[in-house]
Amino acid sequence: MIKKRIFAGIILIIGLVLGFGLFRSFSTGENVKNDIISRHPFKLGLDVSGGTHLLYKADISNLPQGGVNDSMDALRDVIERRINIFGVSEPIVEVETSTLSGVKEHRLSIQLPGVTDIEKAIAMIGLTPFLEFRTQSDKPVQASVGADGNVVIDQDSQFVPTELNGKYLKRAQLIFNPNTGQPEVSIQFDDVGAKLFEKITSQNIDKVIAIYLDGVVISAPVVRETISGGTAQISGTFTPDEAKALVGRLNSGALPVPISLISTQTVGATLGGEAVNSGIKAAVLGFLFIAIFLILWYRLPGIVAVLALSIYVIITLLLYKFIPVTLTASGIAGFIISIGMAVDANILIFERLREERAKSQKTADAISNGFNRAWLSIRDANTASLIVSFILFWFGTSLIKGFALTFGLGVIISLISATLITRVLLKALPSMDGTRLGRFLYNNGIK
Amino acid sequence: MFVIKYKKIFISISIFFVAVSLFFTLFYGLNLGIDFKGGSQLKVTYTNERPEVSQIKETLSKSNYGEFLVQPVGEKGIILKSRDLTESEKNNIVGVLTNSGKTALSIDSFTTIGPSVGKELKNKAIIAIVLVLIAIILFVAYAFRHVSKPASSWKYGLAVIIALIHDIIIPTGAFALLGHFYGAELDTLFVVALLTTLALSISDSIVVFDRIRENLRLNPGKPFENVVGESLSQTFGRSINTSLTTIIMAVTLAIVGPESTKIFSGILALGLFFGTYSSIFLASPILVIMSNPPAGGQKKR
Repeated sequence: MIKKRIFAGIILIIGLVLGFGLFRSFSTGENVKNDIISRHPFKLGLDVSGGTHLLYKADISNLPQGGVNDSMDALRDVIERRINIFGVSEPIVEVETSTLSGVKEHRLSIQLPGVTDIEKAIAMIGLTPFLEFRTQSDKPVQASVGADGNVVIDQDSQFVPTELNGKYLKRAQLIFNPNTGQPEVSIQFDDVGAKLFEKITSQNIDKVIAIYLDGVVISAPVVRETISGGTAQISGTFTPDEAKALVGRLNSGALPVPISLISTQTVGATLGGEAVNSGIKAAVLGFLFIAIFLILWYRLPGIVAVLALSIYVIITLLLYKFIPVTLTASGIAGFIISIGMAVDANILIFERLREERAKSQKTADAISNGFNRAWLSIRDANTASLIVSFILFWFGTSLIKGFALTFGLGVIISLISATLITRVLLKALPSMDGTRLGRFLYNNGIK
Repeated sequence: MFVIKYKKIFISISIFFVAVSLFFTLFYGLNLGIDFKGGSQLKVTYTNERPEVSQIKETLSKSNYGEFLVQPVGEKGIILKSRDLTESEKNNIVGVLTNSGKTALSIDSFTTIGPSVGKELKNKAIIAIVLVLIAIILFVAYAFRHVSKPASSWKYGLAVIIALIHDIIIPTGAFALLGHFYGAELDTLFVVALLTTLALSISDSIVVFDRIRENLRLNPGKPFENVVGESLSQTFGRSINTSLTTIIMAVTLAIVGPESTKIFSGILALGLFFGTYSSIFLASPILVIMSNPPAGGQKKR
């Protein structure tokens, strides 16, 4: 018995220490705290901290079969570099694939915490300076009569893409044309690009080569002679600032794959702050209600359950900090619901305990038997919940993954807290067999 | 146990609620949110007074961006829903809302979901629900594989399926009602609420069935419906109390929790209530009815 009580005491002390550390990390004082718990802050999702989520679709139609994954990784690296230049803290750039009606789509998901201006965000990613060289085709220019009665010449129809694009770019530079004083962008190709450029220019003497940037012609010079060495000038109607920006974008790496924006989400910081505050309020209130209910209904074991539940909450929150789990509004909801569910195993045990005691057993035996009998039910019931959280995690957009993770984690931790903590604490209680007080304390309900 | 004694009444109550919910679902239909059909949602808060919603609608109808749904939120905010807008289209609309910068407002959130993403999410949601149902049925059939007499293990599975269908239909009907009167839209969170409900409802049913399994082993030869009744009364307190604690959390979350998860937690609370009902008052009575001999005459009352 003494051993059991020492063990129970150790658990309570550990819980107390962890709880204190957690509480300390919440308080925002002047003095900088440097303990291990404070150094791991909660990781808040975009919908809570405010920020922008952008989802781009990559156009891989011009890529060779095997090179898609490499190109997507290269795309991710380029975009990460660009974002880092602007100093966004902890951006998340991920390559995603999805299969929609048999067609595999490659996407890039970009999360920018703290950025609430989408326009700025899109500019930051710099929508593909997708540089491309096209040559004149033999086909006649297509023209049509537009809705307003004017003749529209489809300039694009006379150019065909070549293999040469921004992928082969070595570096770009801002120069000023010595004759006109106009800003120009000088580009230097790598070895492969230089050879391609030489080939293309040699085949197109006295023809036009169009330089496309993001699908728009910015310059269409006529080739006078074969150009070797791999340098080209883009002269457009740039202002010096525009030319400078273009150089910056080209140098940070031209995108190997053209991308287009398909979804955006922005959440202002105030809305997110409200979500955290009201989430905490709901968690605290709900916890109080449950604690009152447990103590009134299950009495002495009820107090044990409240202690176990508190330790459950502390452990869970600490795990969120250390794993770390990204807390979204739905993740917070999952955590709050999991507090209600964490009681489940305790209640199963207490109900069994009451039954075993009714068979006029000793309290100690009743506790052991209650646990053993309740275990099967606890295991089976929680397996079902775990199955669902796995499927939800798979189904997930980031919104649902957050819920699935906190919910699933809750199921596992509550299993541990109920079978380990509740058991140890219950066994350390005085049995008080045969006394009226004992009967009252271990009984439950309104009887 | 009164549940088994009056099983027909309890089953009738379930049938009634299912029928009413089906009626609402079919009659009012379900509003799909932008998660599933694609589109844009813009939430803004006016710094000073919010113009009349009807006035906002009128100004917007003059622009060429298709149909708008305007909903007031709180005292000064509005939510605008439309087809998927580009960034420049959104800025034009904000321009219209601010009366070209004369009325001050702040943008709380803006979400655009392309139609292909929406379609994909819809497919995924349907697959997730079907997967959960299949996984649960397989799990129940596996967990109760050693139980053969008097009800074989697949009958436990079948009783669980019926209860689960009940648990899906009722919140969906409630949602159709919410959608009709308050413009609530079916989004991914609704699917999550539904699946969570299924998980908890199934946990309840499994606890009861576990007890039936144990009691069948302890009391061989006892009439099946008595065993079921006894098991129900033994697990009754537990079923009610565990659901109660979870419902307390869901209701608290719905009342004081974050705006974005209010409908979610409300639906979850309702789902949990009916999920508990189905695991006590529907699954077990159905099990008894299914295991009765075909003649079915000997009702012990």
